[in-house]
Amino acid sequence: MKVGIVGVGITPFRPSTPEFSWKELMYDGAQRAYADAGIDPRTDVDSFITCAEDYYEGFGIFDEFTPDQLGAVLRPMHTVGGDGIQGLANAYMQIQSGLADVVVVESHSKASDILTFNGIVAHGLDPIWNKPLGGHPNYIAGLEMDAFLRGSGNTAKDCAQVAAENRQAALLNSTAAYGARVTPEQAAASPALWAPLRSLDVSVPADGCVVLVLAGEKAARKMEAPPVWIQGIGWASDSPSLETREWVSPEYARLAAAMAYRLAKVRTPAGAFDLAEVDDKFSYKELQHLEALGLARRGQAGKMARRGDLGVGGTLPTNVSGGSLGCGNVLDASGLHRTAEAALQIRGDAGKHQVDGAKRAVVQSWRGLPTATGAVAILGASG
Amino acid sequence: MTDRVVRWPGTELGPKDLESGAVTTVRYRPEAKFAWSAGEAISRFLAELQKGRLIARECKGCDRILFPPRMFCEECFRPTDGWVYVRDTGTIETYSVSYLDTDARRITEPILVGVVSIDGASPKMGIMHYFGGMTKDEIRIGMRVKAKWRRPEDRVGSVLDIEHFRPLREGER
Amino acid sequence: MRKVAVVGAGMTLFRRRLQETGKELSFEATRMALDAAKMEIGDVDAVVHGTAPDAFDGVHMKGEYLLDGSGGRRKPYMRVFTGGGTGVFSTIAGYWHVASGLADVALVVNEEKMSSCQPHPQSVFAHIWDPILDRPLKPNLVWIFAMEMNRYMTVHGIPYEDIARVAVKNKRNAVGHPCAQLADPNITLEDVMNSELMAWPVRRLDISPPSDGAAAVVLASEDVVRKRKLRDQAAWIEGVGWCIDSTMWTDRDLVFPEYVNRAAKMAYRQAKITAPRKEIDFAEPYDPFDYKELHHLEGLGLADKGKAGLMTREGITERDGDFPVCPSGGLLGVGNPIAATLGVKVGELYWQLTGQAGKRQIPNEVHTGVTQAWGDLMQYGCVVVMGA
Repeated sequence: MKVGIVGVGITPFRPSTPEFSWKELMYDGAQRAYADAGIDPRTDVDSFITCAEDYYEGFGIFDEFTPDQLGAVLRPMHTVGGDGIQGLANAYMQIQSGLADVVVVESHSKASDILTFNGIVAHGLDPIWNKPLGGHPNYIAGLEMDAFLRGSGNTAKDCAQVAAENRQAALLNSTAAYGARVTPEQAAASPALWAPLRSLDVSVPADGCVVLVLAGEKAARKMEAPPVWIQGIGWASDSPSLETREWVSPEYARLAAAMAYRLAKVRTPAGAFDLAEVDDKFSYKELQHLEALGLARRGQAGKMARRGDLGVGGTLPTNVSGGSLGCGNVLDASGLHRTAEAALQIRGDAGKHQVDGAKRAVVQSWRGLPTATGAVAILGASG
Repeated sequence: MTDRVVRWPGTELGPKDLESGAVTTVRYRPEAKFAWSAGEAISRFLAELQKGRLIARECKGCDRILFPPRMFCEECFRPTDGWVYVRDTGTIETYSVSYLDTDARRITEPILVGVVSIDGASPKMGIMHYFGGMTKDEIRIGMRVKAKWRRPEDRVGSVLDIEHFRPLREGER
Repeated sequence: MRKVAVVGAGMTLFRRRLQETGKELSFEATRMALDAAKMEIGDVDAVVHGTAPDAFDGVHMKGEYLLDGSGGRRKPYMRVFTGGGTGVFSTIAGYWHVASGLADVALVVNEEKMSSCQPHPQSVFAHIWDPILDRPLKPNLVWIFAMEMNRYMTVHGIPYEDIARVAVKNKRNAVGHPCAQLADPNITLEDVMNSELMAWPVRRLDISPPSDGAAAVVLASEDVVRKRKLRDQAAWIEGVGWCIDSTMWTDRDLVFPEYVNRAAKMAYRQAKITAPRKEIDFAEPYDPFDYKELHHLEGLGLADKGKAGLMTREGITERDGDFPVCPSGGLLGVGNPIAATLGVKVGELYWQLTGQAGKRQIPNEVHTGVTQAWGDLMQYGCVVVMGA
């Protein structure tokens, strides 16, 4: 049975949202999605899913604080400790199992409520092998960037290109928090705080909430917006241990993509999509992910970036939303945000950053440091 | 399960094994500090507490007075309509007499704590708070109580601006 | 809807402190469940992990941290978290992995290592409260249970004795459980009723204390059961349901767990059960406190409101009674490592239904069982009906 996205709600991302409690922020995202889908959550939704982590929120059991603001009181609901696309996968499976026809998936970042963001990221490290080393957790990204550049043949300049381009693209996205006319030269000259990783290679946290409404085919056809179909979905995790995972080519991305491609019957990914939204929490990640997804040949993603292939008018528009670098790092809501962006593209609703004739998109997410977990969704105008 | 399984996994440790160094441990204290934006509804709620008042929100969709206040009604899923002051008197819905503090340490003088539904709000709408001015043998579900406020100069915009709820006296409102 | 069965289960000892790391505990339970299902990790298509507050194990995103011990490396791995409800909920998530057709075999692994938290895991519970409305009052977790227990007892006029009797039953039942932390063959009603008063009306022996442990189950589709000839060790999932109530617990009457009732109705509808007390043979409701067994039996529609205590009084819920409840010994008898209670809930249903419960086997023939977990701020209910 086909599963489609029938409602999209994105609150404007901002560096902080002091006027909203996290509940009010979630309500804002939800009301936008429900207005878009033309539904009443109290009667039209069978299941609700939120993607959240206790330590990003500052609570012992964040699941407690979710239902009221999504319209889920006394309804089936659960929390996924995972990225937004993993949440989508749950919704997809609930619908495919026949347990639900309409499912809401929410995720948000209220990173501005976290006073010790780097401390939280560091708290995800292995307590026995890594925590005792201390240090700013971005060193892990620095290590991976170094391994990736050596192993793939991409260069630091390629990464600077990404860092600049995504921030510039974000200027055309009204959702984005950090759009800026940064040049590749500026990016390449920014302080190398975790060499070779430079400060402009790193996305900055933002607050924002994304809510998607999914529906099985029958229910989807009854709704206002034309459904954007989920043609395939996949997710995977490589070893959580830094010492035993693949550093050059992210296995989690390759495996997640393989699963999604299999479901979507995509045999040659390069050329199969009109646009790609891949994780770029660090600039090198965009190149690493493009290659792992088979969208660029090994060592070629950087060249594509510098040739302009990845821009709105290029051969593979990539992260034209502005990505995390331009929009802001919204933590586990990242994958959901990119899915929302891709859905708007396929609907033709992407405004100034619309890719002409976008009919099929690949979306990929990564959960951020220190994980080796990510997911892939393939969206299309046809089922 | 049972007959075929010979060894059930797990090595039990005694209470002192961690401190005495009988097993190798790694210690860590996370840097985990948060400051939550109170948001529109609760910011007003706290400001009113500082002024010695309890405030709620009205939802005309379901005709309820919601306390603590919220900007959206969770039943109707619509924005709430307006601010409504409620009284500082109420009824004990349930309570406990606790000989444990927040870290599970024993205390000799029990804490009387429970849920008080607030007059003026919709039925059962209430908050958790302490009860005082009554003994553990006097407290009961259904008792009518009134807030004992701290002095205005001691209030900071917190639920603790109320010291506790004490029995409503004859003739009081 | 594709049929899904539990074909193997495993669990570790439940103890206040175990030496093994969370990864090792996950591995032990996983290995045991795979062995029972006669499978290897390569046979598993997807892994679901259930684990409760990260603060216990002391690792942010602890689902990621535990994934290698849970067989999740290079597989689709997903963590779900519904507070205390996780003990049963992860099985529901595993169920839809297989029922959807995305996986033929799903492994569900639950772990909890509460002893990591120093000086006492209790302090984690300071962080489950609303930071502005509740936390300034410096609440202890036992308070909220005490308030619910008081409301339940007072509204229905239930004598404390009827509640304490559940602790006696379950701690004695647990004598037959090889993993039990709190089994006591000699415990009496007086022991419970005279135990240290914590927060009236809750006494020490009314509560299940913190534990370390892990449990796992293997779920397989009907095709896999047939191809691998696992029918004799399969217990089928016939209905699932889950429900969350409002965060605003001080606006709710705690006397009845409406969220459990709705979850049960959802599961019963799928399982085509219209008269639960008649069509179901035994139950494993969530019993972190003794009164909760009664509260939940009523929520599950297995007893009339206010009347569940009579069932214990009359011996109906004993293992050899008319309607056994918590034949495993429950959380009160075996232990409460939050999410790892999978082993004494879904696990117990599995072992009873497939005749593998050894000393705990219910003497009457059982074909259908229901299990339920509860979580969050008096908020979360999830229910699974299984049959063989």
